[in-house]
Amino acid sequence: MMPFLNLFGVAIAFPPLIILIGIWLGSSLAEKHAHRFKVQDSDLYNLIFIALVAFVLGGRFGYAAQHPSAFADDPLSLFSRNMGLFDPFSGAAVGGIAAVIYGQRKKLKLWPVLDALTPALAVFLVAMPLANLASGNAFGSPTSLPWGIDLWGETRHPVQVYEALAAGLILWLLWPAKLDAKAKPGVYFLQFVAASALARLVFEGLRGSSPVTVLNLRVYQLAAWGVLASALWGLSRIIGVREMEKENG
Amino acid sequence: MQILQSPARFRAVAMGLLALGALWIGVSTWLPGGTSTPGIPAPQTGFLAPDFTLETLEGQSITLSDLRGQAVLVNIWASWCLPCRAEMPAMERIYQEYKEAGFVILAVHATNQDSVAGAQTFAAEYELTFPILLDRDGAVGEQYQVTALPSSFFILPDGSIEEVVFGGPMAEALLRTRVETLLAEVEP
Repeated sequence: MMPFLNLFGVAIAFPPLIILIGIWLGSSLAEKHAHRFKVQDSDLYNLIFIALVAFVLGGRFGYAAQHPSAFADDPLSLFSRNMGLFDPFSGAAVGGIAAVIYGQRKKLKLWPVLDALTPALAVFLVAMPLANLASGNAFGSPTSLPWGIDLWGETRHPVQVYEALAAGLILWLLWPAKLDAKAKPGVYFLQFVAASALARLVFEGLRGSSPVTVLNLRVYQLAAWGVLASALWGLSRIIGVREMEKENG
Repeated sequence: MQILQSPARFRAVAMGLLALGALWIGVSTWLPGGTSTPGIPAPQTGFLAPDFTLETLEGQSITLSDLRGQAVLVNIWASWCLPCRAEMPAMERIYQEYKEAGFVILAVHATNQDSVAGAQTFAAEYELTFPILLDRDGAVGEQYQVTALPSSFFILPDGSIEEVVFGGPMAEALLRTRVETLLAEVEP
């Protein structure tokens, strides 16, 4: 666990730094390979940039809208660096809407853009568990296995390491340079979504702080199963269409 | 991928994955760690706040666990720390506003990295009215795994940690929303 990096006497929050590096590396990789999906790298760059700015603004203003009295007394808090004053769901909604508006204005096609974004998402999913490892968040359940790590008063599954390794494996398997040039639009993205959902479903079971619902079922496992089923259904439809095209000559 | 070449094979593999996934979800309900409050003392969200007893600047002894039933903010600081200086006025205002409702601030001074005189001057300069506790040997800082100042721990009435904020300064809006969340759990 290393929440802060001390560089030349300055304490830098390490987990957000890992996330920022992940976003930068991921978007660079995606832009480099955008042409494989017939998407212009400048369009992809603008899309990512606009979505990120909208995510940050949407998250902060969404939080402020939910707690108006707190900000009424201290409006300058809107510009605070505190990450706690942020609603990720509002941020994701506003970021998504901004990306859709930009995509429509530029007449970008959905599936090729999602395919082109996949390398960025894959790198981000490697960075995220590493940031959790640095902060000690999203920790594993107790274990007696020899590779367990001492964290929060117990020897625990290094579940953040498992997740980072799984995400690294998915990134390697779906490295854009290995792409099947004849693959239908959307296949690359849906393969990534299915593989990532499967990894989450597996490793969520080893987490030590999973929110649970009825019958002690883990909420994120259920969500991951739903996402996996949807991605597999999407892939199945694309394969079915391709077979029909083959039969029709 | 080879599996994508045959629709029948793909469907079989997909169904198999979904069935195994459902099985694993069922098995996971029996595995430990499905809840977030294991009752172990640790300086992390969901865990029991590690207990301590420290003396105030006035020589009074305060034990964290004696404050069960109240909303508590443990803030670890030093007088030379600029973000600590920046957030203290907001902390004092919030304390004045919510103390009657059951909100307590324990400002743990990292005395091992500072001096008692530094703490006294600081408290007088900012007219702080909440208890300033002296962590003379740094034991509490170690217990709470503090790697940066200030570090803040928002503690629920049941003694568990609701949120940890490393670094600062905390905005007044952040303090206000967190304190209101804690106070919502205080029984009248």
